[in-house]
Amino acid sequence: MSIVVDEKTKLVVSGLTGREGSFHGLRNKAYGTYLAAGVTPGKGGQDVEGVPIFDSIREAVEREGANTSMIFVPARFAAPAIDEAIESGVETVIAITEGIPVLDMLQTYWKAKEAGVRLIGPNCPGVLSPGKANVGIIPAQFFDPGKIGVVSKSGTLTYQIGNELKQAGEGNSSIVGIGGDPIIGSDFIDILKLYEADPETELIVMVGEIGGDAEERAAEFIASEISKPVVAYIAGFTAPPGKQMGHAGAIISGSSGTAQAKKEALEAKGVRVGESPTETAKIAVEALRGS
Amino acid sequence: MDLLEYQGKQLFSAHGVAVPSGEVAETVADAVAAADRIGYPCAIKAQVLIGGRGKAGGIKIAAGRDEAEQHAGAILGMDIVGPHGEGPFRVDRVWIEGGSAIADEYYASVILDRGEKKLLAMVSAKGGMDIEAVAAEDPAALVKEHIDPTRPFTAAAARPIVESAGLAEDALDEAAEALAKLAETAMAEDATLIEVNPLIVTEDRDVVALDSKVTIDGNALYRHEGLAELDAEAIDDPQEAMAREKGLTYVKLDGNVGILANGAGLCMSTLDVVAQAGGAPANFLDAGGGSKAEAIVDALTVITSDEKVTAILFNIFGGITRCDEIANGIVEASAQIDLGVPLVVRLDGTNSEQGLAILADAGLPDLHQETTMLGAARKVVELAGGAG
Repeated sequence: MSIVVDEKTKLVVSGLTGREGSFHGLRNKAYGTYLAAGVTPGKGGQDVEGVPIFDSIREAVEREGANTSMIFVPARFAAPAIDEAIESGVETVIAITEGIPVLDMLQTYWKAKEAGVRLIGPNCPGVLSPGKANVGIIPAQFFDPGKIGVVSKSGTLTYQIGNELKQAGEGNSSIVGIGGDPIIGSDFIDILKLYEADPETELIVMVGEIGGDAEERAAEFIASEISKPVVAYIAGFTAPPGKQMGHAGAIISGSSGTAQAKKEALEAKGVRVGESPTETAKIAVEALRGS
Repeated sequence: MDLLEYQGKQLFSAHGVAVPSGEVAETVADAVAAADRIGYPCAIKAQVLIGGRGKAGGIKIAAGRDEAEQHAGAILGMDIVGPHGEGPFRVDRVWIEGGSAIADEYYASVILDRGEKKLLAMVSAKGGMDIEAVAAEDPAALVKEHIDPTRPFTAAAARPIVESAGLAEDALDEAAEALAKLAETAMAEDATLIEVNPLIVTEDRDVVALDSKVTIDGNALYRHEGLAELDAEAIDDPQEAMAREKGLTYVKLDGNVGILANGAGLCMSTLDVVAQAGGAPANFLDAGGGSKAEAIVDALTVITSDEKVTAILFNIFGGITRCDEIANGIVEASAQIDLGVPLVVRLDGTNSEQGLAILADAGLPDLHQETTMLGAARKVVELAGGAG
């Protein structure tokens, strides 16, 4: 098993006819992901390298049995596209688009909640279950199948850690990029829950960064609900308050959201926190082999 | 982006929240002329993006023309340091507004609660002071209620909140109206934070926003033309302005080690590792995905325009970004601009071997290759020398 995406994933990509959408959608297909359809309003009936294009996600669900939607449309059209996906009948929506206004996401978040649809992202690299399916922009070559589940706010940082795990001979059950925006569909806790229930996952690596209190909330949750070992990394110790560090959510406001506070909250609940990506991977490998 | 007090008040006013009328001025003469029009007594307030202006001497009441001239002269050009040592912020404009006859001082805010995924309304009868101190000493005095995202937040919905905050009975209707309108302002203008401290009741029992703190979501600026213009003019750091023009994600810091990485998380992590190695990062610069040669030239131009920078670290983990493209960009940039400082490059991930080969072939002077993040951090700190 893996989480969120696997060999049962039937993917529909909103924005498949666009440059980025077709590049990554076809890359996901080449990896082995079942790419059922693409959606671009007004382009129904066309195809992208043999993948049928529909006018709506619902059509792709009805005609091709799509169960997972990936959103690759420009920021100002993305929230309505996610809303469409939520209402289309898919189980999972993975939103890659970066730069969506946060108050739009506030509305969309609750629509997904109400409909019982799992939303990952936005502004995330997607989800990879090595050897099974890749939905998003995670470069699969740095990850082998294995026992470590990864959940992360950051893309490249995850590739860095994943590559070090691979070099140490370890692999991953899944890698979930939850995104670095202030409002995201699935938080650490949602994904930790899935890893706890996944028999293939033996250890969890959690990659956080400054801003918000998702890491602190995760620390509480780990203490009470997670039996598997968790190793964490937090980025942004040198970030000054009030400055947004790239991600819309990566900002320290007042005294809250600092890397130090997150590290302390996690360590207080017995989670080991690495000083660098390299050390984090090393701790994870040791903990996995020692357990 | 954060708005100055008067910019926030202009937004409030557009959404029907009462604010004192006033004018903005950038010179003493303009300030005095504005004060004459507004009438005395009036308040002369420094417009900077930091709290604690009053304590720093940035807010004064002028009883007449002489005082207006004296206060405007003192405030314009002064440097204000924030309560937590932020800044200094140079005052380049003042806001002059009519004096208010204050009967009560309250606190009201509407902020985005990321954890709960809702807007949170907060009201207190203890306004006019540091609200964090109020929350710490007397948590019951700060009433917090989440706003139901599926329903309109009307004055009727706001009323129980202001009631339980214990505001004066005869101000409840107007305070509820003000809170509803502040929430409306947040939703209409894409604000993630709106804070009014104090929200006053005048001696005539009118509810008026006497201050404003507003943060607008940068992702939504495309649909707020006026705010986007304010954002563009607000950047006074030369490097940040240049980076903005070139479409780069750049944050200026205090140190001497210039940094470029791809991805926000990896870039933050690079700053941390450099600091762990004893260095002081000069900046955050996320080159983003698919960094092409032109972007590298732009990035190096911005980084080297900061005179403090004595060495630069490139930390790239190629995913979608290809290391050979980055290497070509570095070679091209070196031909176009004189870096004048050593460059440490760590390329890993997609096509890293080709990238390293390109750099080796180019034989650039003062370019140092490292294979690990930690090794690269140590090298760049050594080359940068003492913190500048």
